[in-house]
Amino acid sequence: MGLKIGIDVGGTHTDAVVVSDKNEVLAVAKTNTTPDPTDGIVESLDMVLKSGGISVSDIEHVMIGTTHCINAVVERKNLARVAVLRICRPAGLAIPPMYGWPQGLKDAVGGRYWLVSGGFDYDGRKIGEFNELEVKKCVREAWEKGFRAFAVVGIFSPVIPEQESNVAEIINSMTDGKAHISLSHKIGRIGLIERENATILNAALTNVASSATAALQEACTKRDINAKLYFSQNDGTLMSIDYARQYPILTIASGPTNSFRGASFLTGLRNAIVVDIGGTTLLAGMLINGFPRQSSAAVEIGGVRTNFRMPDLVSFGCGGGTIVKIINGEVLIGPESVGYELERRALSWGGDILTTTDVAVGLGYAKIDGQNINLEWRKNFSSRYLEKARDIILRNLQDAVEHVKTMKEPMPMILVGGGGIIIPPDKYSEIRGVSEVIRPALFQYANALGAAIAEVGGEVERVFSLDSGMTRAEALRKAKELAVYEAVRAGARQDTVEVVDIDEVFLAYLPSNAVRIRVKAAGKLAT
Amino acid sequence: MKVGVEDIKSLAIGAAILGAGGGGDPYVGMMMAMKAIEENGEVELLDPLKIDDNMFIIPTAMMGAPTIMNERIPSGDETVKSLHALEKHLGRRADATMPIESGGINSTIPFNVAARTGLPVVDADGMGRAFPELQMETFHIYGISGSPAAITDERGNTCILNTVDNYQLEWLARGVTIRMGGASHIAEYAMSGKDVKTSGIHYSVSLGIRIGDAIRGRNISGGTPLERLIAITEGTTYGKAIPLFKGKIVDVERRTTAGFAIGNVTISGLEEYEGKTLNIAFQNENLVADCDGDIIASVPDIISILDYDRALPITSENLRYGFRVQVVGIPTPEIMRTPNALKVWGPRYFGYDFDFIPLEVKHKDYYANSRLPEEKEKKYRAILR
Repeated sequence: MGLKIGIDVGGTHTDAVVVSDKNEVLAVAKTNTTPDPTDGIVESLDMVLKSGGISVSDIEHVMIGTTHCINAVVERKNLARVAVLRICRPAGLAIPPMYGWPQGLKDAVGGRYWLVSGGFDYDGRKIGEFNELEVKKCVREAWEKGFRAFAVVGIFSPVIPEQESNVAEIINSMTDGKAHISLSHKIGRIGLIERENATILNAALTNVASSATAALQEACTKRDINAKLYFSQNDGTLMSIDYARQYPILTIASGPTNSFRGASFLTGLRNAIVVDIGGTTLLAGMLINGFPRQSSAAVEIGGVRTNFRMPDLVSFGCGGGTIVKIINGEVLIGPESVGYELERRALSWGGDILTTTDVAVGLGYAKIDGQNINLEWRKNFSSRYLEKARDIILRNLQDAVEHVKTMKEPMPMILVGGGGIIIPPDKYSEIRGVSEVIRPALFQYANALGAAIAEVGGEVERVFSLDSGMTRAEALRKAKELAVYEAVRAGARQDTVEVVDIDEVFLAYLPSNAVRIRVKAAGKLAT
Repeated sequence: MKVGVEDIKSLAIGAAILGAGGGGDPYVGMMMAMKAIEENGEVELLDPLKIDDNMFIIPTAMMGAPTIMNERIPSGDETVKSLHALEKHLGRRADATMPIESGGINSTIPFNVAARTGLPVVDADGMGRAFPELQMETFHIYGISGSPAAITDERGNTCILNTVDNYQLEWLARGVTIRMGGASHIAEYAMSGKDVKTSGIHYSVSLGIRIGDAIRGRNISGGTPLERLIAITEGTTYGKAIPLFKGKIVDVERRTTAGFAIGNVTISGLEEYEGKTLNIAFQNENLVADCDGDIIASVPDIISILDYDRALPITSENLRYGFRVQVVGIPTPEIMRTPNALKVWGPRYFGYDFDFIPLEVKHKDYYANSRLPEEKEKKYRAILR
């Protein structure tokens, strides 16, 4: 009855958790990620269902977070060729699409674009006349050249999306719905180049998105799970599997976001510093009202400038599998890591590499279980070196905390992720700027839990002119209404929807008192 | 010298630092100039003191909200149209173009024009930094008329403005800019080579490139980006940059009045500044830096907020809670500090009840042994040594 499964497919592990409709945790499981992710997902499902004695018929929702997309962009693997349609003429010609991209990535997506008449000013006036015949000609040409993925970008489309939608209709009718269409107003904010880049990457991820969504569907089918399937997105909210297939770019940073949401869930805190330590990295950021703080600067993905919703994080090469070197009495940490080979190559498992986990085990502040554990190596190491390594780990943590903290007052810090054991509990009180360190039970499942408890969100961004009789309060109210409407439309329960973030920026050098307002709302999943 | 694509990348950074928090995000202007140079070849940068007195120069710029230009990418020939419209109106072809200010966008716009027309760019401007209004120009202070001016939009509309003075030019051009969708492209302050020599801020473009080079570590290495910036500025007509503060932004307060992003940013000190608080007031540009009640820098001297690690400039629109930053001051050339100039852009013009104090005077110890340019040497020798 109304059970939810959260799954996290990471680089090393695939985790699964089962929670009730009231978000009580019923079962957890951890397994290794497999080359074909379906296998790992199936295995984690089997384990978690068995350990909780759960019947598949009780599963109503399955939500997954995955690193498929970010890896595909970074490694330029399986990317689709993209036809870019910018609706802009007579403006918008000075900087063509993909200008300044890394050549390899540009080649991977085909590098072709068409600039057509249209687009709007911020106040809704048309820049050029939209011309259906012109659009049709471009689409025909692209289709004949073998392009199956389209990225459509119009000037000020986040304010007035109608022309992008018109183009989508034209493409659909000309291709019998066989084309994959990415519309920029669904993806990014104002700032054409950055939004266009994100839209092109999204279109390029077409194939990756279908295999990732297919993996989840296949795994669920294999285990007779007949539930609604979701992907978690960068901002910690959910999207349907159909939406994920269309807008995979929005899942690109879901991993860290899920750990933050999980950290908030496990501790009940809505505002805190969150430190997530995995196998290779230590990530830190701020939890604000239960969500990670978003970055306001342009974020580069695979060498391309984008401006879509991403958590603002700092990362250090200091995870549980990070390699510790002793050279001439100097202790050095990372950034290299043994990663998923920890249980083969680390000293405590009989390997020949000293890792941060060995330091924690060797100094006795962390315990690990397993048949292959062997602490013989301790005899050859002076505690002095291990203590030095521990101090460097603590210094990294201190740096991370100072980087992300926004207030002078001490704040609680939540420690999650399997690598969290490398931080010595007896030193928690020495971390400056932190009122207390909380490492919740189930800290190593924060990620999958974050996916399981995710809410449904809606976001809106508009430019309002405050000279035309509208007050700032009215503009804000209007924006909030639209955001709540978006959240409900995305599947949230009306009575649980709350505004979670408001950002307003006045447009400089413009005396018409124009203000850009961005509002985000989120609510519980309607069942 | 010839200005190429890599120089433009540096200029975008260096000019944004000289822009003192204003002048907009340099990204779009930089990409436009890079594209135009890639297609048409490098641009000749002229020594402002060696040009012919009779040379005819038409400066070019964008006007309005940079945020608009980041979304409504120009077609690229708007400013060229303005230039041609003004040439036609005046019945004379331009021999060169020039920036009117040093700022993220407007330092690069003339290079787009120059690459597309084959004209050279004069290594000078009329602000030496960024300011918000058209009359805030050394050109204006030395009696040069900004009008007639030509203003063009993306649709291809062009207006010629003939105004009675530079204040009216600002007022009318701003109104037209709003009707043009919030951003426009302007050619104005047409002048002779002789005018540039007497009224321009000289070598500000090449300085912008060198500052950008220093930050990027291009053709120069060793030290931190900030240390390289300080080394580059020493001995120029500006003067040696001074580190003012390091810390974390703990508050950004904004309000808007008639197109100005007015506000305050509060920075809580780190490292040697631990325990201190710096408050910077801005009106698009950073105006006054106040450290625990002591005014350590003020307009027209340049106050720039840079990111902590790479020393890249952060414009006032992009200031956010939680950023770790360093603050640097750069003295302005003496031509910008005359009594007449201070009437146009001194602290009192912006509503402050105190007189301008040059960085060199406020921070005597720092400047005591620094190499000053000739004019500054004469003026401050008695105070500093």
